[in-house]
Amino acid sequence: MSIWKYANPTQFMRTSAWLLPGLSVLAALCVATGLVWGFFFTPDDFRQGSTVKIIYLHVPSALMAINAWLMMLVASLIWLIRRHHVSALAAKAAAPVGLVMTVIALATGAIWGEPMWGTYWAWDPRLTSFLILFLFYLGYIALWQAIETQDTAADLTSVLCLVGSVFALLSRYAVNFWNQGLHQGTSVPVATGERSVADVFFVPLVFSMVGFGLLFVALVLLRTRTEIRSRRLHALLARERAADTRVAPNTPPSESPTS
Amino acid sequence: MIPDLGKYQDTVLSAYGISLLLLAAIIGLSIWRARAVKRQLDATEARTNKRQ
Repeated sequence: MSIWKYANPTQFMRTSAWLLPGLSVLAALCVATGLVWGFFFTPDDFRQGSTVKIIYLHVPSALMAINAWLMMLVASLIWLIRRHHVSALAAKAAAPVGLVMTVIALATGAIWGEPMWGTYWAWDPRLTSFLILFLFYLGYIALWQAIETQDTAADLTSVLCLVGSVFALLSRYAVNFWNQGLHQGTSVPVATGERSVADVFFVPLVFSMVGFGLLFVALVLLRTRTEIRSRRLHALLARERAADTRVAPNTPPSESPTS
Repeated sequence: MIPDLGKYQDTVLSAYGISLLLLAAIIGLSIWRARAVKRQLDATEARTNKRQ
């Protein structure tokens, strides 16, 4: 069985229709468990007080903001190399979700930063690279909207995605590259396993992170299905217009029934 | 109902409020657009089939 069979829109629609309900329920359960547990049933931190509860939103959204761009990078590369339309549409579908995750990460970070650092914003390496990532998301979405020919839009946005990936990686590793600024290092380093978060905070955080991940996948599947349908809709409408033109070749454009 | 958040109550509640609002917006918009496009496509396909 080859993964490329899912590049077929019909196969993708069939598989995603089967996956989507279960994924959505699982995502809702995990997000609700993580947030309710974190908000209602975790103690205050000895240093940060109740602001520690923001971690259940800030960390998962920041994680997904970066991973969404990396998913778009993979999809863009598949488009550029293999020209599978579903991958280009999946990248397009993921961008608004990634943008929302970035905004949540920036907003919760600023709100959390004010009582802890004494400022909403600082030109810290991680914060700045996240802001640039946010601008890349805006540019990516705007570029898709600006170009009418879908294949050309997919080509140009893929190139933009490749360039933006530098900032996606930079926002992940900025604290390691420049050992300065206000933002701390990662609280949950996957590679070393030496996390700085106590179990009482960590378990609901894992639920929240898994939940945000599943929510992202569910939203991307739903939105990719919409993009595939939208593309078919435009093709059918174009065919209808062409058929109308053939039926009434002498009708001036201004009197055409579709104009 | 809401736990005692002490002096950071506004901070924590605003972070949760903004985030949940944004999440609800992207979920709501995605579902709304999915339904709208499906409705349009169904109508167009029905029209196309009738013509043939």
